Amino acid sequence: MAAVLLIESVMKFAIALFSAAHAPSSRRALLFAQAALAGGHEIVRLFFYQDGVYNASDAVVTPQDELDLPRQWRSFIAEQNLDGVVCIAAALRRGVLNAEEAGRYQRDAVAVSAPWELSGLGQLHDAVQDADRLICFGGA
Amino acid sequence: MAKSLLIISRQSPWSGPGAREALDIVLAGGAFDLPIGLLFLDDGVLQLAAGQNAKALQQKDLSANLQALPMFGVEELFYCADSASVRGLGDRSLNEAQPLAAEQITALIDRYDQVITL
Repeated sequence: MAAVLLIESVMKFAIALFSAAHAPSSRRALLFAQAALAGGHEIVRLFFYQDGVYNASDAVVTPQDELDLPRQWRSFIAEQNLDGVVCIAAALRRGVLNAEEAGRYQRDAVAVSAPWELSGLGQLHDAVQDADRLICFGGA
Repeated sequence: MAKSLLIISRQSPWSGPGAREALDIVLAGGAFDLPIGLLFLDDGVLQLAAGQNAKALQQKDLSANLQALPMFGVEELFYCADSASVRGLGDRSLNEAQPLAAEQITALIDRYDQVITL
């Protein structure tokens, strides 16, 4: 019986982040994601939208004595083998390009690479459908 | 059955990309035939104001996108009546959206499986 309860208590989370890397809500999003996995839950996808796309930018430089959130996201997503999706339209608008988009628009600045993936808003809807709960950070 | 999603749009139309990006989530959901609703709240109701002059701000007009929502299968459009009246927009029906009182908004949010506030 206990085993059944344990199985039923495992949640599938979709996490959406809307705030820039320096915002407190972005830090909370990472802490929540880490706690969710530590609690035995599943993260179906992390979706970065609006200013949240800056969390995926390798061009963010944080002073040495401060928390480097983009680096922390990067290693968390890579180590846990998570699906970290950055909205492509929001990222283009904010200059957070991967190599493919930089090539497409003939720009020199490449700020995103694997494990991050640039994709469309359909990935957010897909995650919402797949998850038990959508948890949003940094919205209005 | 598909999960329903309510987008609560709280940004004024010309304060940055927030209003457009909230609307883009709605349009994408409509394109995937998902049950999706849109509630304009607080400064978000200003998106519904008539006679906006986007050109004067060198911006693209949002109202055409709003009017296209029913074509994308998004018919659940609401706005907060209190937000509209304190901003001088009155309580008439704005842009096909339906006015809701505070307690109706509570019930609306309850009705959806997931909510995103932008």
